[in-house]
Amino acid sequence: MFKDFDFDVIMRSLPYLFYDGMTFTLMLTALATVAGICLGTVLALMRLSGFPLLSVPAAGYVNLMRSVPLVLMIFWFYFLVPYIGQWLSGASRPIQVGAFMSSLVTFTLFEAAYFAEIMRAGIQSIPRGQIFAAQALGMNYAQTMGYIVLPQAFRNMVPVLLTQTIILFQDTSLVYVLSVTDFLGAASKVAQRDARLVEMYLFAAAIYFIVSLLASHAVWRLQHKIAIIR
Amino acid sequence: MGYNWNWGIFFQVSPDGTYTYLQTMLLGTAWTLMTALTAWMLALSFGSIIGVIRTTPFPWLVRFGNAYVEFFRNIPLLVQMFLWYFVLPELLPREAGNWLKQLPDASFYTAVVALGFYTSARVAEQVRAGIMSLPSGQRMAGLAVGLTLPQTYLYVLLPMAYRVVLPPLTSEFLNIIKNSAVALTIGLMELTARARAMQEFSFQVFEAFTVATVIYIIINIIVTYGMRRIEHKVAVPGYIGSAKQVAQAPVH
Repeated sequence: MFKDFDFDVIMRSLPYLFYDGMTFTLMLTALATVAGICLGTVLALMRLSGFPLLSVPAAGYVNLMRSVPLVLMIFWFYFLVPYIGQWLSGASRPIQVGAFMSSLVTFTLFEAAYFAEIMRAGIQSIPRGQIFAAQALGMNYAQTMGYIVLPQAFRNMVPVLLTQTIILFQDTSLVYVLSVTDFLGAASKVAQRDARLVEMYLFAAAIYFIVSLLASHAVWRLQHKIAIIR
Repeated sequence: MGYNWNWGIFFQVSPDGTYTYLQTMLLGTAWTLMTALTAWMLALSFGSIIGVIRTTPFPWLVRFGNAYVEFFRNIPLLVQMFLWYFVLPELLPREAGNWLKQLPDASFYTAVVALGFYTSARVAEQVRAGIMSLPSGQRMAGLAVGLTLPQTYLYVLLPMAYRVVLPPLTSEFLNIIKNSAVALTIGLMELTARARAMQEFSFQVFEAFTVATVIYIIINIIVTYGMRRIEHKVAVPGYIGSAKQVAQAPVH
């Protein structure tokens, strides 16, 4: 079964796969996670604020993002981001943004909906008495959230947030539909060029598997570490 | 914005010469639903089997179940789809591989198998969590009244476990509908692919994507409503809160 295998094609393309491809994938994952958690936290705060003017749009946004496929959203933003850029900068024509920028906007806005749900659960897990205590001490809303509620909510949710990041890492492979050179895109381009689909896709699968498995085990251990402290 | 809206485009005939753009979108919806439903049957059966064997007292079966779940959860769906579509036919004996490649609607079958196995690992997690959430006395009681282990699962544990995990299973079902869009990479003409094709032929990007988005939202609402009714129907009296004990994994 493996007698026709050409392992050399993997060796030859390693620099391209990791230097070009994996860098893109990891950079996109990291930036989209940070931006997504920030935006997600804002959305969660809006949703829990009790002002319909804030909570209804936040809930609508989260539900919208969660009911459409990521692939469709990638296409949406690929065409929409140039127009948003034009609108923001007041330029006369739609602004051409690179594939990385477009993917980053897509993943940030899409994953923010999922991060928002996680942060909402985290905030709701904090006993209400803590908010009363903070208010009794004379803290305002920003202080209560910034010093009391969010640090704890964030800490409680770290394992879940990291698990979502692993999902995000796997999801970034979908930028393939924009012919972007992420890790899978790089593997696919070599595969097409050298007609070595079997080797390249098996290798890509193995790398994704190893990275995700190691990461999820690290999260699992972290979860137990945190669980012992409390 | 410098964009020309033209909603009338949906009633124009698409380049295939027979259907209007609106009809092609509806055909895409049919493919999406057919793919998702067929894959869901696969996911539910395999996921249930794997979920059950992970709670049995046999370490080898548990280990196999764990490996199965880790395998299908840690490889991106898109890569799994490529493995089934491009790699599997090459690894089989030549005749079998050729037969697979020449199969009519090969992308449909591949999408069903890939989505089915991918989702089965997630279903297995939920089914396992559901069984584990039951008091251990239920299993003991089942065995004590003389039921065999399979009978205990069939008549005591599973009927309760499925009710407990109905809400997370609903979100898995919604996920499988959304994830079926990934199959456009192997040439399945489902809803997202139709919107993409319409954008390429008509240049009316945002109309095409808006209609696809609205259709996905409608499907979502119908499924959520339907599942809520089923949940209500099968709820065990005095046990309604049980659904809340299983943590809902943040997946999509």
